[in-house]
Amino acid sequence: MKVYLDNNATTMVDPLVVEVMAPFFSEIYGNPNSLHKFGTESHPALSKAIDQVYKALNASDNDDIVFTSCATESNNWVLKSIFADYIVSGDKNHIITTEVEHPSILATCRALEKEGVKVTYLPVNSEGVVEPHVVKSFITDKTALVSVMWASNETGMIFPIKEIGEICKEKGVLFHSDGVQAIGKIPVDLQAVHVDFVSMSAHKFHGPKGVGALYIKNSQPLSPLLHGGAHMGGRRSGTLNVPYIVAMGKAIELATTNIEEKMASIRAKRDTLEDSLLELSDTFVVGNRNNRTPNTILISIRGVEGEGMLWDLNNGQIGASTGSACASEDLQANTVMLAIGADSELAHTGIRLSLSRFTTDSEIDYTIAHFKKAVARLRAISSSFAKVGPTPGGESKACELHH
Amino acid sequence: MAKNDLLGASLWDAYSNKVTTLMNNPNHQGEITEQEAAEHGNRLIVADFGAESCGDAVRLYWEVDPKTDIIVNSKFKSFGCGTAIASSDIMTELCIGKTVKEAVKITNIDVEFALRDSPEIPAVPPQKMHCSVMAYDVIKKAAGLYLGVDSESFEDEIIVCECARVSLKTLQEVIKLNDLTTIEQITDYTKAGGFCKSCIKPGGHEKREYYLVDILRDTRREMDEEKMKAAADAGSKGNFESMTLVQQIKAIDAQIDESIRQFLIMDGGDMEVIDVKSSDDYIDVYIRYLGACNGCASSATGTLYAIESTLKEKLSKKIRVLPI
Repeated sequence: MKVYLDNNATTMVDPLVVEVMAPFFSEIYGNPNSLHKFGTESHPALSKAIDQVYKALNASDNDDIVFTSCATESNNWVLKSIFADYIVSGDKNHIITTEVEHPSILATCRALEKEGVKVTYLPVNSEGVVEPHVVKSFITDKTALVSVMWASNETGMIFPIKEIGEICKEKGVLFHSDGVQAIGKIPVDLQAVHVDFVSMSAHKFHGPKGVGALYIKNSQPLSPLLHGGAHMGGRRSGTLNVPYIVAMGKAIELATTNIEEKMASIRAKRDTLEDSLLELSDTFVVGNRNNRTPNTILISIRGVEGEGMLWDLNNGQIGASTGSACASEDLQANTVMLAIGADSELAHTGIRLSLSRFTTDSEIDYTIAHFKKAVARLRAISSSFAKVGPTPGGESKACELHH
Repeated sequence: MAKNDLLGASLWDAYSNKVTTLMNNPNHQGEITEQEAAEHGNRLIVADFGAESCGDAVRLYWEVDPKTDIIVNSKFKSFGCGTAIASSDIMTELCIGKTVKEAVKITNIDVEFALRDSPEIPAVPPQKMHCSVMAYDVIKKAAGLYLGVDSESFEDEIIVCECARVSLKTLQEVIKLNDLTTIEQITDYTKAGGFCKSCIKPGGHEKREYYLVDILRDTRREMDEEKMKAAADAGSKGNFESMTLVQQIKAIDAQIDESIRQFLIMDGGDMEVIDVKSSDDYIDVYIRYLGACNGCASSATGTLYAIESTLKEKLSKKIRVLPI
């Protein structure tokens, strides 16, 4: 059995989505900006996709939802254009974000710091979320933007977007949220919360890679990131990616229709998996699961290094992920684990399992069995569980420099 | 960056079969107890290196025959990724049958080499080369415990890049010998910095005592100083032609101060050296007359001749003086 439990990284494209996008490659391929029929015959499908996205997010007709190539583009767009519009040509100099944002926020902020912008990276609490009063305390009259993720890719924890939105509204500060991990997983009602900009990506909710969007409240000003032929009402140039936009519309519709029901089903499987894994000794899961996206578990397994665990899961045809040491090329500890104040010994033991609506009960059962077997094997090898201690003088408690 | 770097490395696919096999089924995983060692009349040595908080930890067990100093059995425990476990496993295998003093000569390069399927193809991708360094460190620690000496005493040189085992001395020599100016050149010449990259600059996988950026900067500075010193030495030996421009101007000024300026000042004038330009045949000294000298008839004839012949005699026959 093959089990894909890395749905926070990307998802399978729903076959129904593939079906609706298919005609827009070789049958209806005109440029929607063209006046001839080849171009305009894509318009009904594009209009439908726009309607689907507005409806899914309960956006107002006065708002803009501009299709982009991905959420990384959307995030770059907001940060760089806020910099251009309010910092370079304005009297602001400050952006507030969090320590646990996606790299497309953090790396962009670091680049803006080099341009002279002051950036505050807010810490998260032991639950892995930023508290609204912390956001409030850092806002000054120089603050141009607050950017806080809607839900965490690593932990699944849902951030208090409504409260932070209220604070930003009261203070007159623009508010952006990276909604990539929330949209399609939990209800997102853009008229129930005050958010100026929201980034999203289709491939996180069973749409294809290579298409995303930026929501802009009340069609407010924001300089374009991509200049060119003034597509999308001049907000984002570049020939419309017709099949992918059509696909995104279908994908968001499928993800958000009866979302409560879908969430309940995913949540039940997730909770079964989580409860079973927590039967293992010396494990913990980050964040109260009632405040998590219903598909996510970030579990720490003492004595088992994250990449070693991924290896064993992979041997069992299970795909999971870890942000911890050795797993990625930059060999960093799991920053979220450190940010929530977990014992530094556990910063390298995090495994993230993220389900989707396509995850089945039998996949969960298989995963539980294989996961437990892997933990048993790796703990048997682990120095953390060794019984015979080192010869006096041979101990090593902290990180040592190699000589 | 080029075509081959466009896709992130598929780390695991680059492992040798040996790494994969040993990760899945390590042969020497386990522990040796005091009791077991004592039953065989042997001494148990247990050493740790690394820690869970760093993402890598290994515990090495040696059962050593005190009569021969031979490691008769060895086991390990490891908190780490696949390559860390495979490296630990092959490390114990390399230790068994060797005397402690022989074992201490096993380096991370030997460990990585022993994990290869064929001698030409690395066992692990560059980012993972570092995992075998731990094996080397823990062996030294165990040997130190057995022999009752500081484990650092086994190292007679400072290793800057552990993955490629390149010493500080080698780096300094290679930079000087080949006149290297960039980190990329250092990596091309020595392989240092080509693997886990920790040693390039602060902020990498782990903290280091020495970084390539500092070594390059300091060595370049040293090279510049040596060059200056050589030029200064040449100058003091009267070799005007091999001096730097600044030294040449200083030497000319010194000569003018000593034997010319006083006469110019007596007539209400002065002069200054503007520039010196050297070619194969001539060293042209550009000067400017000041005060009364400026426009004086003799400044283009007698005075000029006097200045030129003094400098020619004292400094170099190739000198021509050109007033501007």
